[in-house]
Amino acid sequence: MTPALTTSDDAPGVGTRDGSPAVRISHVHKSFGRPGAQTHVLDDISLDVAPGEFVTLLGASGCGKSTLLNLVAGLDKPSSGSIEVPGGRPALMFQEHALFPWLTAGKNIELALKLAGVPRPERRPEAERLLELVRLQDSYGKRVHELSGGMRQRVALARALAQGSQVLLMDEPFAALDAITRDVLHNEITRIWAERNLSVLFVTHNVREAVRLAQRVVLLSSRPGRVAREWRIDLPQPRRIESSGVADLSIEITEELRGEIRRHGQH
Amino acid sequence: MASTDTTTKTASAHGGTVADFASVGSGLDALDAVVTQRNSTTETLRQKVLPPLLGVVLVLALWQGAYSLHVTSEYKLPSPLDVWRAAEDLWYQGTLFSIIWTSVWRGLSGFLVALVIGTPIGLLVARVKPVRAALGPVLSGLQSLPSVAWVPAAVIWLGINDSMMYAVILLGAVPSIANGLVAGIDQVPPLFLRAGRTIGATGLTGARHILLPAALPGYLAGLKQGWAFSWRSLMAAELVASSPDLGLGLGRFLENQREFSDMAGVLLGIILILFVGIAIELLVFTPVERRVLRNRGLLGTGK
Repeated sequence: MTPALTTSDDAPGVGTRDGSPAVRISHVHKSFGRPGAQTHVLDDISLDVAPGEFVTLLGASGCGKSTLLNLVAGLDKPSSGSIEVPGGRPALMFQEHALFPWLTAGKNIELALKLAGVPRPERRPEAERLLELVRLQDSYGKRVHELSGGMRQRVALARALAQGSQVLLMDEPFAALDAITRDVLHNEITRIWAERNLSVLFVTHNVREAVRLAQRVVLLSSRPGRVAREWRIDLPQPRRIESSGVADLSIEITEELRGEIRRHGQH
Repeated sequence: MASTDTTTKTASAHGGTVADFASVGSGLDALDAVVTQRNSTTETLRQKVLPPLLGVVLVLALWQGAYSLHVTSEYKLPSPLDVWRAAEDLWYQGTLFSIIWTSVWRGLSGFLVALVIGTPIGLLVARVKPVRAALGPVLSGLQSLPSVAWVPAAVIWLGINDSMMYAVILLGAVPSIANGLVAGIDQVPPLFLRAGRTIGATGLTGARHILLPAALPGYLAGLKQGWAFSWRSLMAAELVASSPDLGLGLGRFLENQREFSDMAGVLLGIILILFVGIAIELLVFTPVERRVLRNRGLLGTGK
């Protein structure tokens, strides 16, 4: 069985040992609502993502994993603590494809390139290269509604990569897809992650997906979200979601997740 | 394929080859590809053009029937043919197009000015909270005020001239256009704005690349309504305001025919006003709106 590592707050993740991390989250708290009637969503989260590392954040509802991702993306500010992303604004992918329906697939990517400061003559060839990377080289002129769910998420991935960031944040990007499509996309993201040496922080509530993809799985507790435990996954890539290695570890992590959820039923 | 079994076995043992997944992926793409079809021209004619034509024919038939049965005196209800002859007379006098054009020009130029004024107002109301709190209710209130109500005020302020006509058009159309834009912006899914911000579209860049294109369908609906309001306000103003300095427009023509007690002329005036309003909508607004909606997959095709 894969050795499980437990982290405490003052011993941040494995990524810090050599050089600076791609993402450093230190002692982050986040509350919503007016003073006096606050909901504490995140409680003292510390987590590093090393350059080139694939980390999945796992937790039940109410653990604040999407909130944490929004903070890292810079869409919201932590109540206290700090978040550093030395490489600049990270790319973010949502559960919904969030492609702009008034633009074609290619133009969606070109808009991201434009906003990232890529000069006009280079945008079209770069957009085509990115579409080729996600195996959609024939879809440049397609409208969003002409693409299937899986294709939309791949265009969304290409648009996220167009920002030129080495850090990719993914907020349950495959949750709305059917199992076979999701399987294909798991393989695509693993391939692209390796090819482009990306640092990925991937939020999911699907334990098998977390184990299938990650080098490190971080389990968050719910209400407020805290880092409960983390696991390093040393199974070789590409993994199969049905394989026994993934299954065994999933059972172990699911047990732990159930324990976290059960605590909330007791009072 | 005979080799399928062995491939699957090795794949499950090794965790699947990249080529395997790629081919499954392209198979899925082929299966899931969304096919959009556009109807053929004959189909469109049959479904979209024929029914309204039949409707018009039916109205004409009822009208002719009422005339033939002498439901009321000929002076009150002329036949469709009498109205046609009134149109022919105008045509031979050479005034038909000048009457239509006087009104269309006023209506369209007034509408364009309303567009230029209403759009920034709409943007401000939609995006600036204090402005919204102050102006929002006023704008929607104004929208429900029939713009004919402004005619007496406009006449006192500006006299009986073209400025008064434009003032009435603007008071009718600006609130519609501004409200349309506000509604369009309110309906923009927050997800688009978040996605825009993550790729770096903030502030004015965000407004230009995300907010405005996303709000376009609602804005177009507002423009369409703004045109309808412009046209109505203008007709009201032309009907009420009489001065030899004002050119002869459709509203004035209608009122003149009433003064002559020429019912065929009155009906012709009504039909022309209706015809121009519908024609502008069909020729200008509907094609733009359909194009925008089709591009976004918001138009049910083949259904």
